Amino acid sequence: MTDQTNIAVAKRQEWMGLLARAPEDALMPLWDEMNTSPGFEWLRRPEVGGVMVRGRIGGSGAPFNLGEMTVTRCSLVLGDGTVGHGHVQGRSKRKAEAAALIDALMQTKAAGAIRARVLNPLAQQMQATKTARAAKAAATKVEFFTLVRGED
Amino acid sequence: MAAHTQFSGGFQNAPVDAAHAFRAAMTVMARPGEIRSVSGCQPPAPLSVAAGVLLMTLCDPDTKVHLAGATNADAVRQWLTFHTGAPLTDATEADFAVGTWQALGPLNQYRVGTPEYPDRSATLIVECDDLQQTGPKLTGPGIKGTAHLSLPDVRALQTNASLYPLGCDFFFTCGDTLAALPRSTQIKDRG
Repeated sequence: MTDQTNIAVAKRQEWMGLLARAPEDALMPLWDEMNTSPGFEWLRRPEVGGVMVRGRIGGSGAPFNLGEMTVTRCSLVLGDGTVGHGHVQGRSKRKAEAAALIDALMQTKAAGAIRARVLNPLAQQMQATKTARAAKAAATKVEFFTLVRGED
Repeated sequence: MAAHTQFSGGFQNAPVDAAHAFRAAMTVMARPGEIRSVSGCQPPAPLSVAAGVLLMTLCDPDTKVHLAGATNADAVRQWLTFHTGAPLTDATEADFAVGTWQALGPLNQYRVGTPEYPDRSATLIVECDDLQQTGPKLTGPGIKGTAHLSLPDVRALQTNASLYPLGCDFFFTCGDTLAALPRSTQIKDRG
Protein backbone atom coordinates (compact mmCIF):
# COMPACT_ATOMS: atom_id res chain seq x y z
CA MET A 1 0.00 0.00 0.00
CA THR A 2 2.67 2.46 1.04
CA ASP A 3 4.89 1.43 -1.86
CA GLN A 4 2.07 1.84 -4.32
CA THR A 5 1.23 5.28 -2.97
CA ASN A 6 4.88 6.27 -3.09
CA ILE A 7 5.16 5.16 -6.71
CA ALA A 8 2.00 7.09 -7.60
CA VAL A 9 3.35 10.15 -5.80
CA ALA A 10 6.74 9.87 -7.51
CA LYS A 11 5.08 9.63 -10.93
CA ARG A 12 2.87 12.60 -10.22
CA GLN A 13 5.86 14.60 -8.96
CA GLU A 14 7.62 13.76 -12.22
CA TRP A 15 4.93 15.21 -14.49
CA MET A 16 4.13 18.13 -12.21
CA GLY A 17 7.84 18.99 -12.07
CA LEU A 18 8.07 18.80 -15.85
CA LEU A 19 5.06 21.12 -16.22
CA ALA A 20 6.43 23.51 -13.60
CA ARG A 21 9.74 23.90 -15.43
CA ALA A 22 8.37 23.89 -18.98
CA PRO A 23 8.56 27.22 -20.82
CA GLU A 24 5.18 28.54 -21.95
CA ASP A 25 6.04 28.60 -25.65
CA ALA A 26 6.91 24.90 -25.50
CA LEU A 27 3.91 23.71 -23.49
CA MET A 28 1.07 25.75 -24.94
CA PRO A 29 1.36 24.65 -28.64
CA LEU A 30 1.38 20.98 -27.56
CA TRP A 31 -1.58 21.52 -25.24
CA ASP A 32 -3.55 23.51 -27.84
CA GLU A 33 -2.93 20.72 -30.35
CA MET A 34 -4.57 18.21 -27.96
CA ASN A 35 -7.69 20.35 -28.30
CA THR A 36 -9.31 18.91 -25.19
CA SER A 37 -11.37 21.22 -23.05
CA PRO A 38 -12.97 19.12 -20.32
CA GLY A 39 -15.47 20.85 -18.07
CA PHE A 40 -14.03 21.91 -14.74
CA GLU A 41 -14.64 24.18 -11.80
CA TRP A 42 -12.11 26.29 -9.99
CA LEU A 43 -11.08 25.35 -6.47
CA ARG A 44 -8.48 28.10 -6.47
CA ARG A 45 -8.33 30.59 -9.31
CA PRO A 46 -4.88 31.24 -10.80
CA GLU A 47 -2.87 33.51 -8.53
CA VAL A 48 0.66 34.83 -8.86
CA GLY A 49 3.01 34.72 -5.90
CA GLY A 50 6.60 34.26 -4.87
CA VAL A 51 8.40 31.29 -3.39
CA MET A 52 11.85 31.05 -1.86
CA VAL A 53 13.98 28.51 -3.71
CA ARG A 54 16.29 26.67 -1.37
CA GLY A 55 19.29 24.63 -2.33
CA ARG A 56 21.96 22.38 -0.87
CA ILE A 57 25.53 22.42 -2.08
CA GLY A 58 26.24 19.05 -3.63
CA GLY A 59 22.71 18.02 -2.70
CA SER A 60 23.81 17.16 0.84
CA GLY A 61 25.09 20.33 2.51
CA ALA A 62 23.15 22.64 4.80
CA PRO A 63 20.16 24.25 3.04
CA PHE A 64 20.54 27.86 2.00
CA ASN A 65 18.19 30.37 0.36
CA LEU A 66 19.05 30.54 -3.31
CA GLY A 67 16.61 33.31 -4.20
CA GLU A 68 12.98 34.10 -4.81
CA MET A 69 11.12 33.18 -7.93
CA THR A 70 7.69 34.01 -9.27
CA VAL A 71 5.21 31.15 -9.47
CA THR A 72 1.58 30.89 -10.52
CA ARG A 73 -0.68 28.33 -8.95
CA CYS A 74 -4.23 27.17 -9.38
CA SER A 75 -6.38 24.16 -8.51
CA LEU A 76 -9.42 22.81 -10.27
CA VAL A 77 -11.77 19.86 -10.17
CA LEU A 78 -13.03 17.98 -13.23
CA GLY A 79 -16.65 16.92 -13.64
CA ASP A 80 -15.86 13.44 -12.26
CA GLY A 81 -14.28 14.86 -9.09
CA THR A 82 -10.60 14.50 -10.05
CA VAL A 83 -8.57 17.30 -8.53
CA GLY A 84 -5.68 18.83 -10.44
CA HIS A 85 -3.09 21.27 -9.14
CA GLY A 86 -0.92 23.49 -11.29
CA HIS A 87 2.20 25.20 -9.93
CA VAL A 88 4.28 26.73 -12.69
CA GLN A 89 7.16 29.16 -12.88
CA GLY A 90 6.41 32.61 -14.23
CA ARG A 91 3.29 34.73 -14.35
CA SER A 92 1.27 32.93 -17.02
CA LYS A 93 -2.19 32.08 -15.70
CA ARG A 94 -2.99 30.28 -18.97
CA LYS A 95 -0.04 27.97 -18.43
CA ALA A 96 -1.04 27.31 -14.81
CA GLU A 97 -4.53 26.36 -15.99
CA ALA A 98 -3.11 24.02 -18.64
CA ALA A 99 -0.77 22.44 -16.07
CA ALA A 100 -3.63 21.86 -13.63
CA LEU A 101 -5.81 20.35 -16.36
CA ILE A 102 -3.00 18.05 -17.46
CA ASP A 103 -2.39 17.01 -13.85
CA ALA A 104 -6.08 16.18 -13.44
CA LEU A 105 -6.33 14.36 -16.78
CA MET A 106 -3.19 12.33 -16.01
CA GLN A 107 -5.17 10.73 -13.17
CA THR A 108 -7.96 9.69 -15.53
CA LYS A 109 -8.21 7.36 -18.53
CA ALA A 110 -6.90 10.12 -20.78
CA ALA A 111 -3.44 9.67 -19.20
CA GLY A 112 -2.00 7.61 -22.09
CA ALA A 113 -2.96 10.11 -24.76
CA ILE A 114 -1.71 13.07 -22.71
CA ARG A 115 1.59 11.36 -22.01
CA ALA A 116 2.12 10.45 -25.67
CA ARG A 117 1.09 13.77 -27.15
CA VAL A 118 2.08 16.36 -24.56
CA LEU A 119 4.39 15.14 -21.81
CA ASN A 120 6.80 12.99 -23.84
CA PRO A 121 7.31 15.54 -26.66
CA LEU A 122 7.70 18.26 -24.03
CA ALA A 123 10.32 16.27 -22.11
CA GLN A 124 12.18 15.57 -25.36
CA GLN A 125 12.10 19.22 -26.36
CA MET A 126 13.41 20.35 -23.01
CA GLN A 127 16.09 17.67 -23.01
CA ALA A 128 17.14 18.73 -26.53
CA THR A 129 17.42 22.38 -25.45
CA LYS A 130 19.44 21.36 -22.41
CA THR A 131 21.76 19.14 -24.46
CA ALA A 132 22.27 21.85 -27.10
CA ARG A 133 23.14 24.37 -24.41
CA ALA A 134 25.49 21.96 -22.68
CA ALA A 135 27.19 21.19 -26.03
CA LYS A 136 27.64 24.90 -26.72
CA ALA A 137 29.14 25.40 -23.29
CA ALA A 138 31.36 22.32 -23.66
CA ALA A 139 32.80 23.71 -26.93
CA THR A 140 34.17 26.72 -25.07
CA LYS A 141 35.75 24.66 -22.33
CA VAL A 142 39.41 25.44 -21.80
CA GLU A 143 41.66 22.55 -20.93
CA PHE A 144 44.65 23.34 -18.77
CA PHE A 145 47.64 21.09 -19.07
CA THR A 146 50.48 21.08 -16.65
CA LEU A 147 53.61 19.98 -18.36
CA VAL A 148 55.82 17.80 -16.27
CA ARG A 149 59.07 19.59 -15.73
CA GLY A 150 62.04 17.46 -16.20
CA GLU A 151 63.66 17.80 -12.81
CA ASP A 152 65.33 14.61 -12.00
CA MET B 1 -21.85 23.56 -8.19
CA ALA B 2 -22.03 20.03 -9.55
CA ALA B 3 -20.58 18.13 -6.61
CA HIS B 4 -19.18 19.18 -3.27
CA THR B 5 -15.67 17.80 -3.29
CA GLN B 6 -13.14 17.90 -0.49
CA PHE B 7 -11.61 21.23 -1.53
CA SER B 8 -14.57 23.09 -3.00
CA GLY B 9 -16.45 25.91 -1.33
CA GLY B 10 -13.69 28.50 -1.18
CA PHE B 11 -14.01 32.17 -2.14
CA GLN B 12 -14.88 32.50 -5.82
CA ASN B 13 -13.31 35.95 -6.02
CA ALA B 14 -10.85 35.82 -3.15
CA PRO B 15 -9.59 39.44 -2.93
CA VAL B 16 -13.07 41.01 -3.04
CA ASP B 17 -14.87 38.37 -0.94
CA ALA B 18 -12.15 38.42 1.71
CA ALA B 19 -12.20 42.23 1.86
CA HIS B 20 -15.97 42.26 2.37
CA ALA B 21 -15.70 39.58 5.07
CA PHE B 22 -12.84 41.41 6.79
CA ARG B 23 -14.86 44.61 6.85
CA ALA B 24 -17.79 42.73 8.41
CA ALA B 25 -15.52 41.09 11.01
CA MET B 26 -13.94 44.45 11.93
CA THR B 27 -17.35 46.14 12.15
CA VAL B 28 -18.87 43.59 14.51
CA MET B 29 -15.72 43.60 16.66
CA ALA B 30 -15.71 47.42 16.79
CA ARG B 31 -19.43 47.58 17.65
CA PRO B 32 -20.22 44.73 20.05
CA GLY B 33 -23.84 43.68 19.79
CA GLU B 34 -24.09 44.43 16.08
CA ILE B 35 -24.95 41.46 13.85
CA ARG B 36 -23.79 41.26 10.24
CA SER B 37 -24.30 38.56 7.64
CA VAL B 38 -21.39 37.33 5.51
CA SER B 39 -21.20 35.11 2.44
CA GLY B 40 -18.78 33.87 -0.18
CA CYS B 41 -17.81 30.36 0.81
CA GLN B 42 -19.38 26.99 1.53
CA PRO B 43 -17.37 25.20 4.21
CA PRO B 44 -17.86 21.47 4.86
CA ALA B 45 -20.22 20.43 7.69
CA PRO B 46 -20.33 21.06 10.61
CA LEU B 47 -18.79 24.50 10.06
CA SER B 48 -21.32 27.29 9.56
CA VAL B 49 -20.94 29.66 6.60
CA ALA B 50 -19.95 32.55 8.88
CA ALA B 51 -17.29 30.46 10.68
CA GLY B 52 -15.91 29.28 7.33
CA VAL B 53 -15.76 32.81 5.98
CA LEU B 54 -13.99 34.02 9.15
CA LEU B 55 -11.39 31.23 8.94
CA MET B 56 -10.77 31.89 5.24
CA THR B 57 -10.38 35.61 5.91
CA LEU B 58 -8.31 35.59 9.10
CA CYS B 59 -6.14 32.45 8.89
CA ASP B 60 -2.89 31.88 7.04
CA PRO B 61 0.21 29.71 7.55
CA ASP B 62 1.23 31.89 10.54
CA THR B 63 -1.95 31.42 12.60
CA LYS B 64 -2.42 28.28 14.65
CA VAL B 65 -5.96 26.97 14.60
CA HIS B 66 -7.65 24.72 17.13
CA LEU B 67 -10.66 22.74 15.93
CA ALA B 68 -12.76 21.83 18.94
CA GLY B 69 -15.25 19.00 19.19
CA ALA B 70 -17.20 18.04 16.09
CA THR B 71 -15.37 20.56 13.90
CA ASN B 72 -12.23 18.42 14.21
CA ALA B 73 -13.28 16.28 11.24
CA ASP B 74 -11.22 15.11 8.27
CA ALA B 75 -13.25 17.16 5.82
CA VAL B 76 -12.76 20.37 7.82
CA ARG B 77 -9.04 19.74 8.36
CA GLN B 78 -8.41 19.14 4.65
CA TRP B 79 -10.52 22.10 3.61
CA LEU B 80 -8.79 24.45 6.04
CA THR B 81 -5.32 23.25 5.08
CA PHE B 82 -5.99 23.55 1.36
CA HIS B 83 -7.44 27.05 1.52
CA THR B 84 -5.43 28.68 4.30
CA GLY B 85 -2.41 26.49 5.06
CA ALA B 86 -3.01 27.18 8.76
CA PRO B 87 -1.32 24.68 11.11
CA LEU B 88 -3.63 22.82 13.47
CA THR B 89 -2.80 22.77 17.15
CA ASP B 90 -4.31 22.18 20.58
CA ALA B 91 -6.21 24.71 22.65
CA THR B 92 -3.28 25.99 24.70
CA GLU B 93 -1.30 27.28 21.71
CA ALA B 94 -4.09 28.34 19.40
CA ASP B 95 -4.46 31.80 17.83
CA PHE B 96 -7.93 30.88 16.63
CA ALA B 97 -10.28 28.25 18.02
CA VAL B 98 -13.52 27.09 16.44
CA GLY B 99 -16.37 25.06 17.90
CA THR B 100 -19.53 25.14 19.92
CA TRP B 101 -19.40 26.74 23.36
CA GLN B 102 -19.50 23.31 25.05
CA ALA B 103 -16.69 21.97 22.85
CA LEU B 104 -14.46 25.03 23.34
CA GLY B 105 -14.58 25.20 27.15
CA PRO B 106 -13.06 25.66 29.64
CA LEU B 107 -11.92 29.17 28.73
CA ASN B 108 -8.88 29.24 30.99
CA GLN B 109 -6.94 26.89 28.69
CA TYR B 110 -6.60 29.54 25.96
CA ARG B 111 -3.83 32.10 25.71
CA VAL B 112 -4.79 35.49 27.13
CA GLY B 113 -1.63 37.37 26.14
CA THR B 114 1.03 38.86 28.38
CA PRO B 115 1.11 42.36 29.93
CA GLU B 116 3.81 43.37 27.40
CA TYR B 117 1.98 41.74 24.47
CA PRO B 118 -1.76 41.53 25.20
CA ASP B 119 -2.32 40.81 21.50
CA ARG B 120 -0.78 37.36 21.86
CA SER B 121 -4.12 35.93 22.84
CA ALA B 122 -6.62 33.55 21.31
CA THR B 123 -9.67 34.56 19.31
CA LEU B 124 -12.54 32.12 19.75
CA ILE B 125 -15.09 31.52 17.02
CA VAL B 126 -18.15 30.20 18.81
CA GLU B 127 -20.78 28.35 16.78
CA CYS B 128 -24.23 29.19 18.19
CA ASP B 129 -27.67 27.74 17.50
CA ASP B 130 -29.17 31.17 17.82
CA LEU B 131 -27.90 34.74 17.59
CA GLN B 132 -30.16 37.58 18.69
CA GLN B 133 -29.83 41.15 19.89
CA THR B 134 -31.48 40.22 23.16
CA GLY B 135 -30.25 39.05 26.54
CA PRO B 136 -27.32 40.31 28.64
CA LYS B 137 -26.61 44.05 28.58
CA LEU B 138 -23.33 45.19 27.05
CA THR B 139 -21.54 48.49 27.67
CA GLY B 140 -18.10 49.75 26.84
CA PRO B 141 -16.00 50.98 23.89
CA GLY B 142 -17.87 50.95 20.58
CA ILE B 143 -21.31 50.87 22.18
CA LYS B 144 -23.47 53.99 22.24
CA GLY B 145 -25.48 53.61 25.44
CA THR B 146 -26.11 49.91 25.78
CA ALA B 147 -26.41 46.91 23.49
CA HIS B 148 -27.77 43.40 23.91
CA LEU B 149 -26.50 40.11 22.56
CA SER B 150 -27.51 36.51 23.23
CA LEU B 151 -24.39 35.12 24.95
CA PRO B 152 -23.84 31.45 25.80
CA ASP B 153 -22.37 31.88 29.30
CA VAL B 154 -22.42 35.28 31.00
CA ARG B 155 -20.36 34.29 34.05
CA ALA B 156 -17.39 32.95 32.05
CA LEU B 157 -17.41 35.95 29.71
CA GLN B 158 -17.51 38.36 32.69
CA THR B 159 -14.45 36.60 34.10
CA ASN B 160 -12.73 37.02 30.73
CA ALA B 161 -13.61 40.75 30.63
CA SER B 162 -12.21 41.20 34.14
CA LEU B 163 -8.76 40.14 32.85
CA TYR B 164 -8.60 43.28 30.66
CA PRO B 165 -6.22 44.27 29.05
CA LEU B 166 -5.56 40.52 28.79
CA GLY B 167 -8.19 37.98 27.77
CA CYS B 168 -9.70 36.33 24.72
CA ASP B 169 -11.89 37.89 22.04
CA PHE B 170 -14.97 36.17 20.71
CA PHE B 171 -16.82 35.88 17.44
CA PHE B 172 -20.29 34.33 17.58
CA THR B 173 -21.51 32.68 14.41
CA CYS B 174 -24.89 31.25 13.49
CA GLY B 175 -25.57 30.25 9.88
CA ASP B 176 -24.32 33.21 7.85
CA THR B 177 -24.63 35.76 10.67
CA LEU B 178 -21.80 37.08 12.74
CA ALA B 179 -21.41 39.04 16.00
CA ALA B 180 -18.45 39.69 18.26
CA LEU B 181 -17.52 40.38 21.85
CA PRO B 182 -14.10 41.93 22.50
CA ARG B 183 -12.50 41.66 25.94
CA SER B 184 -13.13 45.38 26.55
CA THR B 185 -16.92 44.99 26.76
CA GLN B 186 -18.57 44.98 30.18
CA ILE B 187 -21.39 42.47 30.53
CA LYS B 188 -24.34 42.73 32.89
CA ASP B 189 -26.84 39.94 33.29
CA ARG B 190 -30.16 41.66 32.85
CA GLY B 191 -31.79 39.34 35.41
